[in-house]
Amino acid sequence: MSSSLDFPITGAPRQLHLAVDLSDAGAHPGAWRTQGSQAQQLFDANRLQDLVSTAQRGALDFVVLDDAFSLQPGRPGAHGLQGRLDAALVASRLAPRSAGIGLVPTVTTTHTEPFHVSKALATIDHVSHGRAGWQVAVSTTEQEAAHFGRKPAPTLEDAWAEAAEAIDVVTRLWDSWEDDAEIRDASTGRFIDRDKVHYVDYDGVHFAVKGPSITPRPPQGRPVVVVRADDPPSLAVAALRADVARIRATDVEQARELRDQLRAAAAGHGRDPDELTVLVDLYAVIGLDRASAQARLDLLTDLAGASWDNDSLTHVGTARDLAVTAEEWFAAGAADGFTVRPSSLQTDLAALVDAVVPLLVSQGIFRSEYPGTTLRDSLGLTRPANRYAAIA
Amino acid sequence: MTLASRPDGRPRKQIHLGAHFPGVNNTTVWTDPRSLSQIDFSSFEYLARRAEAAKFDFFFLAEGLRLREHKGRIHDLDVVGRPDTLPVLAALAAVTDRLGLAGTLNTTFNEPYEVARQFATLDLLSGGRAAWNLVTSSDAFTGENFRRGGFLDHAHRYERAAELVAASRELWDSWEDGAVVADTATGTFVRPGSARPFDFRGEHFDIAGEFTTPRSPQGHPVLFQAGDSDEGREFAAATADVVFSAHGSFDDGRAFYADVKGRLGAYGRTEESLKILPATAVVLGATEADAQEKAREIRLQQVSGPTAIAFLEQVWGRDLTAYDPEGPLPDVEPDTANADVTRGKVRHIKDPAPVVAAWREKAAARGWSIRDLVIEVTGRGQFVGTAAQVADDLDRHVQEDASDGFILVPHLTPSGLDDVFDEVVPLLQERGSFRTEYTGTTLRDHLGLGAPRPAQPASSGTASSDAGRVLVG
Repeated sequence: MSSSLDFPITGAPRQLHLAVDLSDAGAHPGAWRTQGSQAQQLFDANRLQDLVSTAQRGALDFVVLDDAFSLQPGRPGAHGLQGRLDAALVASRLAPRSAGIGLVPTVTTTHTEPFHVSKALATIDHVSHGRAGWQVAVSTTEQEAAHFGRKPAPTLEDAWAEAAEAIDVVTRLWDSWEDDAEIRDASTGRFIDRDKVHYVDYDGVHFAVKGPSITPRPPQGRPVVVVRADDPPSLAVAALRADVARIRATDVEQARELRDQLRAAAAGHGRDPDELTVLVDLYAVIGLDRASAQARLDLLTDLAGASWDNDSLTHVGTARDLAVTAEEWFAAGAADGFTVRPSSLQTDLAALVDAVVPLLVSQGIFRSEYPGTTLRDSLGLTRPANRYAAIA
Repeated sequence: MTLASRPDGRPRKQIHLGAHFPGVNNTTVWTDPRSLSQIDFSSFEYLARRAEAAKFDFFFLAEGLRLREHKGRIHDLDVVGRPDTLPVLAALAAVTDRLGLAGTLNTTFNEPYEVARQFATLDLLSGGRAAWNLVTSSDAFTGENFRRGGFLDHAHRYERAAELVAASRELWDSWEDGAVVADTATGTFVRPGSARPFDFRGEHFDIAGEFTTPRSPQGHPVLFQAGDSDEGREFAAATADVVFSAHGSFDDGRAFYADVKGRLGAYGRTEESLKILPATAVVLGATEADAQEKAREIRLQQVSGPTAIAFLEQVWGRDLTAYDPEGPLPDVEPDTANADVTRGKVRHIKDPAPVVAAWREKAAARGWSIRDLVIEVTGRGQFVGTAAQVADDLDRHVQEDASDGFILVPHLTPSGLDDVFDEVVPLLQERGSFRTEYTGTTLRDHLGLGAPRPAQPASSGTASSDAGRVLVG
């Protein structure tokens, strides 16, 4: 492969980033029916802990955990996997027995309290010593609205406007304690320096929050904010407030346009575009050869009783071909990396880590070990300054 | 010495013990060099692992949703700041196997769909060890941190709590045990008909749909309740599995125990179905005199000069920083119009004048300084003595129905219960009053609680009449 990825300015090769989506039994709806899928342990922490260990073996940037206030859309009587755990609590459960790898639960903003969201994510960051992220999501269905009975389902635009406010207030609450607020000064009897603990006094369209947080500033300052830029409203929020934007694209041109659009919009908000990592969703069926990968996909499709139509990059083939595709998209400026969606977690995650990652490492575009201890370290993102300390 | 039964012939009761993580009031001493972080996970892990090694029933974590304020500013004399309750308990599930994981979650600032799935998740992730301490609140001060604000009248807080529990039970019961079959051969993931829609219509909640989370090992988490008013006691009798009680002294404990257990019959419940566990502290010494001396030192650490002044300011409703904490009580009168000088604390004194008069009389008679007085009047019931004396005393409280056990509150993070684990627990085990091994896997097993109480039928009438019964009880 070429050496075109070397940055002449710094001399250091640009590194790509890899996340993996651990939702359900895999991205393919037939995955739970395969041998070894451990479908009966779907809600068992040990199954998830093993998957995180595998991802960590490959020094992947982070795992992402899907969540919603509704069941997976099912077809009555069909072969549908259903059931969810609270993703934030799963992430926390996974923290003490993992290291290096980021833990990114989906937490919604439509029917939740920003104050609770803020302290939950801050706590996952404390428990994991700086490995927490937050995949922001909204609830736009009548079904979810009826589960709360507080307000009608919002439009997509309204839901993301509220999400933008929620991200703002949540990050303010993370900043509401300065890093050195706790002083334990026995001579004066003061535990904190209260000049370093701040009210956020947020008064938005959707909510008002006084603050400060009850939880001291998390190790990363602010856990990493991930937004799936799937439509114009979420894309706008990603450009304004996300550290990582997930996009879907089926060809390299489409991805490059989306990435350029996100970077330009971020720059328009006065942000450094390199502080916004753009990851393309990559569905993967990995086999020893192309035919065996295709045969496994055929089996999955048969088990699901429906064809697998994805709206993003889909690879059915060998580890080598996947590495080549990843490098091409990366070199073309279509992606800073990928959120890999293994068709079947039990099979494709190990193939990704043990077969694809070593090829990317040998090409010099992926790490073989974690560069630091926090998710920000892995993503090459700076630890944000505290906005309240800056004012003081 | 192991006794199979109590002196009156009734079977010997087993003591239930919880380990309370130190909180954010002046009970927790942070000036001691042994005091470690109240935020770092290693502190939580340390106490939980030690409690599990000692075969405790559960670990307990409290919650506060607004930093306390004193004279319009954030109170800075006690430990300030804590992590979020449920993520800490979920993380502790990774480093313990049997210990119950109990945490406070406010009933006013949470919605049933979210809170029910959080506790179902914690119970699934821990193999059946979750407990929810229901704390009601209605204050606008805390409400300022929430989108719905301080919307709740004081009178409605137990009504909402009762409905929140009823709605949560309906959600937990909407999936049957064993609903997830995941039959790879037939393609049946959820057994047909075993995950049902819910429909709960009450005064506070009007919700319907499908719950996301399969039924957890305990079915319902263990429910704790701490309110002490008449309404609170009635709510406990109707709803709770455990009462987190403030009645730690022997006579007071017996009266409270008899009162609350006496209310259970009206709800068709047995006395064994509700455990009463006072929060208390233990101070041990090689001799009783040693222990008393140590207890006095701890009280001096807990009540520093500035803490004593701040405490009096809560009652006086005015600035008293000009007074010497080692000197006599302030000669000014309390400012009754300014009773809210401290916000976010648990209890308020409604009329300070008689309290101040009584304190002046007491302090004058005994020659107490401000600090002496505060040490005296803020002292909570605790067990002080040699390990043998304390073990005797704890056991007596349980066998003679002043309690079913205790929630032990250490003054140091995280090592404050080490001497109890090492010295007192073995003595209780020798007496046959405390387990030497866990005999079950779930917290319900440890507490000797049966299967969870089923949800109220999903009609609006039942939901509101249940709440109404709590209010008039």
